[in-house]
Amino acid sequence: MSEHHSHGHEHQHDHDHSHLSEMDARVRALESLLSEKGYIDPIALDLIVETYETRIGPQNGAHVVAKAWSDPDYFDWLIQDATAAIHSLGYASRQGEHMVAVANSSDVHHMVVCTLCSCYPWSVLGLPPTWYKSPPYRAKAVIDPRGVLEDFGIKLPKSRAVEVHDSTAETRYLVIPQRPGGTDGWDEKQLAKLVTRNSMIGTGFALDAKDVA
Amino acid sequence: MSAPDLRRLPGLILDGEEPVFDEPWQAQAFAMVVSLHDRKVFTWAEWAEALSQQLANAVSDDARQYYHHWLAALENLMAEKGVVTPQAIETRERQWHEAAARTPHGEPIELGK
Repeated sequence: MSEHHSHGHEHQHDHDHSHLSEMDARVRALESLLSEKGYIDPIALDLIVETYETRIGPQNGAHVVAKAWSDPDYFDWLIQDATAAIHSLGYASRQGEHMVAVANSSDVHHMVVCTLCSCYPWSVLGLPPTWYKSPPYRAKAVIDPRGVLEDFGIKLPKSRAVEVHDSTAETRYLVIPQRPGGTDGWDEKQLAKLVTRNSMIGTGFALDAKDVA
Repeated sequence: MSAPDLRRLPGLILDGEEPVFDEPWQAQAFAMVVSLHDRKVFTWAEWAEALSQQLANAVSDDARQYYHHWLAALENLMAEKGVVTPQAIETRERQWHEAAARTPHGEPIELGK
């Protein structure tokens, strides 16, 4: 087979249209054929991936968040230059996209939308969950973000603003959730256990301290 | 889902009991094999054999190419079993590239009818 996509030269993504890597398209080809013939079910594949995926999983992002929670200098760096701050921990996407970190607070709640092309920051968040890839999520997130958050069981005070960020091929977002109370003195490893994938997309909060105790 | 024995597979990089992926497509290719086995399209022994053959024929044993071989082994096994032909895969691959090229950024890439 002819593959071995070279990453030595970074070609620019087309700004208006989507792009699939050679291997991505090849996997999709086999998957869609097998699915049409009834041999596999895409939902089942997602479940298997969720069961197994580990190394490029959300624990990378959780590490970034936990460090930001425990180190104010790192937090500032992350907000000013997320690409470099994330890279410094060894997490870099080969696609070389620009990362932006947005921090939730009692004043503002950030959430991120995009769809399934290559616009998910999987170097820090792992693989996109099924719901994230669904057209209804994207459509509703833009029109009615509070409604989407309620679907996820998140009720925000009316006073809290909601900002929705649409990822692009050039810019991907990482949400820094609020640090939960009762975690004074916790080290980064303990803190990282509180950081869920959804909390870094903005469709969830970090776990409570008692959840991991 | 019955968990297949990953340790029987040659060359598979594991972190504890779990496979390690560098890119999302690799996880997808991995999941396809687990799912097809789950549906008894092939046995785990058959898969281990198909993967071994592919790796044995490989020009380089660069670990970064592992899932390239994984996918090629799966394509071959599907062809052997008469499930999907290599020609169908090539045609479909081209269609996915075409679909991506005509999909505005930010929308799901879907195959046209």
